[in-house]
Formats: sequence, structure tokens, C-alpha cells
Amino acid sequence: MNDVRTIVLVTGVLALLTAATGAGQFLKRHPDRGLDPAAVRTFNLRLRGWWILCTVLAAAFWLGTTATVVLFGLVSFWALREFITLTPTRKGDHRALFWVFFLFTPLHYVLVGLNRYDIFSVFLPVYATLFVLARVAVAGDYKRFLERTAKIQAGLVVCVYCLSFAPALLQIPVEGQATVGRSANFRLLFFLILLVQFADGTQYVWSRMLGRRLVAAAVSSNRTWEGLLGSAASTALLAAVLWWAAPPYQPWQAALAGLVIAVLGFAGGMTMSAIKRDRGVKDYGTLVAGHGGVLDRVDSMCFAAPVFYHLTLLVAQ
Amino acid sequence: MTPPILATTAPGKKRPPPRLTERPVTGNDVSMLSPADPFTSPVAVASLQHRSPLCRAAGLLLAGLARLLSGASVRWIASQPDTCQRIYFANHTSHLDALVIWASLPPSIREITRPVAAKDYWSRGLIRRWLARDVFDALLIDRTDIKVHQSPVDLMLREIGTAKSLIVFPEGSRSISGEVQEFKSGLYYLAKKRPDIELIPVFIDNLNRVLPRGEFLPVPLLSCISFGPPLWLEQGEQKLDFLTRARRALLALKE
Repeated sequence: MNDVRTIVLVTGVLALLTAATGAGQFLKRHPDRGLDPAAVRTFNLRLRGWWILCTVLAAAFWLGTTATVVLFGLVSFWALREFITLTPTRKGDHRALFWVFFLFTPLHYVLVGLNRYDIFSVFLPVYATLFVLARVAVAGDYKRFLERTAKIQAGLVVCVYCLSFAPALLQIPVEGQATVGRSANFRLLFFLILLVQFADGTQYVWSRMLGRRLVAAAVSSNRTWEGLLGSAASTALLAAVLWWAAPPYQPWQAALAGLVIAVLGFAGGMTMSAIKRDRGVKDYGTLVAGHGGVLDRVDSMCFAAPVFYHLTLLVAQ
Repeated sequence: MTPPILATTAPGKKRPPPRLTERPVTGNDVSMLSPADPFTSPVAVASLQHRSPLCRAAGLLLAGLARLLSGASVRWIASQPDTCQRIYFANHTSHLDALVIWASLPPSIREITRPVAAKDYWSRGLIRRWLARDVFDALLIDRTDIKVHQSPVDLMLREIGTAKSLIVFPEGSRSISGEVQEFKSGLYYLAKKRPDIELIPVFIDNLNRVLPRGEFLPVPLLSCISFGPPLWLEQGEQKLDFLTRARRALLALKE
């Protein structure tokens, strides 16, 4: 935490959050300003979520690479739990699911923590896939075999494999080998999280303000082409402004990364919406009363993380 | 909410004086509790208050583990947790059912709530027996040896006395399909003999996928336990009508 960029970033985030919280509280106390009270409440709730997110991230960052990898591992585990819960499985899938949850998911994160990109990049997509296919076959239930194995595999890839590329950012050598896992890498990870969240937020705002054409009315009733374009442009702009926080990036490269993150976050949201629509639920957290599910929070991140990881590898070369 | 016609008072914290010795006026032969039964008086039952610290710790640990593993979210729908005497009746889908319902109750209520379990399963092996007897204070019912003068219903009523609550599974055994089967008549006789006890429907959702029949390793999916509003046996309500109503009250919690 002893370099100027990190201090500026942390101070900036704290100042922004404090200012926004002050504004939110002011609007709550003065309902006569002509603003929709429901919108103010949503805004304040969102802010609280942001405070929690920033606190947890700061704690994990402060504790180091291992703690951050473990944190993302737990998020993956919970997201996969929600994914499989809402996916109908048959009794023949039970043993395969047991190993998926208690062997493949933790082992994958151990490999991420050990920085074994050569193994973890193929461990889930190849070995876990082969295992799931064989284990379900051996269980002796051939009904809708491909459909069932594909569901488990999709859950593993989206919730575990893709999300794990976010903490894997901590292992990319930037600013020379000596600083691996240091503040530069944490800034990189924070850059990704911030842009993903920002893209989500601006997508919503642009859709509300200018939204005319829905991308796919049957899948999502609030994602519009205008929202997508607006959020891609705003996120690219923010990324270009914050380029100094993400070590290997030049401003134009950062803008490109922001654009890609916004588009992929949108793709993740649409994908999860399609799955939820098919299952007839509003969010993955319906089983956990009171708040949306973990998967609802990380769906955009799941899609953006691997591409941002590989972009960073490319730029860092 | 159904008004308690047979109960002497409204539900709530104010309980009627113990009415264990009182017989409901039945006038037919369903009462299998014979007055000559030497066990009719409330016998001293190994009570949770006298559990060793080890058993208490094991109970807390297992309850926490069960909640964590089953990801159970607990909902009380038009109902409140209460230490009054109750019979929780639930659909039976998994070996974890009783444990997870027990763990879903607040600790003070857990202390006075006894799950009913099958003796043939829970008295086999040292650990199982210890868990059933000392940790959960389970009431073990011998499914293979049911006699008229020693019917499970009488045994349950005798064991709970005037203070304890029960967790029962009126389907009798775990459903294979996951659908809620027809209820066995035990619940009706419990309600008939103790019309003052609140019957609370509990719907268990998704736990059969966490630990299906015939499996011993759990998959940590998310389940949901819903407690519904209490119901009582209506005056003159026939057995079949009551059992259908109770089953419907349970299914209503499914949404």
C-alpha cells in the first residue's frame, strides 16, 4: 500500500462512497425534492452493497493473494450451489455432483492459488468434463444424458472456471517479476470489478433514459441496445480515465478493455436471464429470502474475467 | 387460521393447565390408551436439560453443520416460533429431514423439541445410538413391532408429557418420487388425544436432492424449510377429512 497510485485509488473510492452516502442520506431526509422515494431507497441500498463489497475486498486484499483466492473460491462455490439448485438434476447425477462440489471446485482454486496456469486452464474444461460424463454414465441413468451432463458442465465453467480468472489476475507479472501479487495486481483486480459494476449500472441508467429497442424481449425486459451502447461508451471512457490504476495498460488499451468488459458483462447478464426465464424465477436468490442471489451479482463478472485476464496477458507481454 | 374449537384456549403463550390425564370425549374405540396402562402417568424421560456439555456442543455443531450443508433458508409463514407444546409435521424426503428441521428451530425451542425417528435405523451402531439418544433426544419408534397396547401414538404422547414438542413425518417413510404421499392416520390420533397441542405444518423443499434415498454423501444444494400456521382437529371432523386438510396445509406452503 506504499505507492502513490494505490493511495490515490483508495482515497478516491472512499471519497466517492462518502459523498454518495451523504447525498443519499440528504435525499432520504428531504423527500420534498421531487425525487422518487423508491429510487432513493434503491440507491441507498445499492450504496450499502458497495460499502460491504469494498470492505470485504479491502480485507481480502490486505490479507494477501491467498485470502483473495479463497474469497473468490467461496463465491464460486456458492454461485455453483445456486446454479445447480435451480437446474433440475436426476438421482443419477448425485455422485458426479458430489465430486464436482467437493473435489473439482476446491482443487481448481488450489491450482489458481499455486499459479499453475498450465494445469488450471485445462483442469475443469477437460478433466472435469470427462469425469462428469463418465460418472453419470456409470451411474446407469441414460435419460437425457447429454442435457444433464451439459448442465453440470455449464455450471462449472461459468461459476467456477470463468470467475477464477479474476483472482488469477493477481498472478500476472506486471511491472517486473518482483511485484507479483503486490498492490499493482490488486489494482488490476479492482479495476476489473469496478468496471464490471460500472457497466452494469450505466447499462441500467442508459436503458431507463434512452432505451427504445429491447435486445430480446422474451429474455430480458430491461436490456436495450441503447443501454448496451451507452454503457460500453461510458465504461470505455471511465477505463481510459483510470488507465493509470491498471499497470500494463495504455489509455487506448484501457478504453478497449472497458468496452470489452461492458459487452461481456452484458452477455453474462443475458445468459443468466435466459436460464432464469427458462426456470421461471426472477433471481437466483429466491431460496434465500430477502436478497438476490450471489450468482445475480457475479454473472457479468464471470463472463468478463477470463477475457480481461487474457487481454492483460497480451498487453503485459 | 382455523379457530381451535376443541382446544380450551386460544393459541399463544398462555397455555391451558396440563390436561394429560384428561381424555377427550371420543365415545368410540379409537382411543388405544387404556386406563390400565401402567405407563400412562408422565414418566421421567431423559431430558435435554440434563445433557452433558459434550452432547450440547455436539448438538450445536451438528445443527450448524446441517444448516450450512443444506443451505436451508427458514421461513415462518403466518406463524411464529414459540415454546408452547407443538407437533411439527413434515413431508419426508431425506435422512436429513429431522436434523434440518430441528436445526431450523431457535435453540430455546430446539431444547424442548424431540424428533421422532425409526428405531431400526437409529439404534444401530454406537454413534447413531448416541446421536439419537443423547444429542437429539430422539423418540425412537419400533416400526416392526407395533402392538395395540403399545401404539406409537401412545408412546409419543407419554414421552412428551406436557412440555415437549415433537417432529413427526406423517407419510411414514421417505417418499421416493419427491411427491408428498398420503398421510398415515397417526397424526389424526395425536390430534384427537391431545386437542390442545398446536399442529404446525412444515414443508421441506429440495432436501431430497441434498441427500437422496440410498445415498450417504450429501451435495450442498440450497433447501428451504417453511413453517405454516397451526391447525387443530375440528369438532366432529372425520379422520380422512382431517388428514386431507393437514396434507393440504402442508402442500400450501410449497407456494
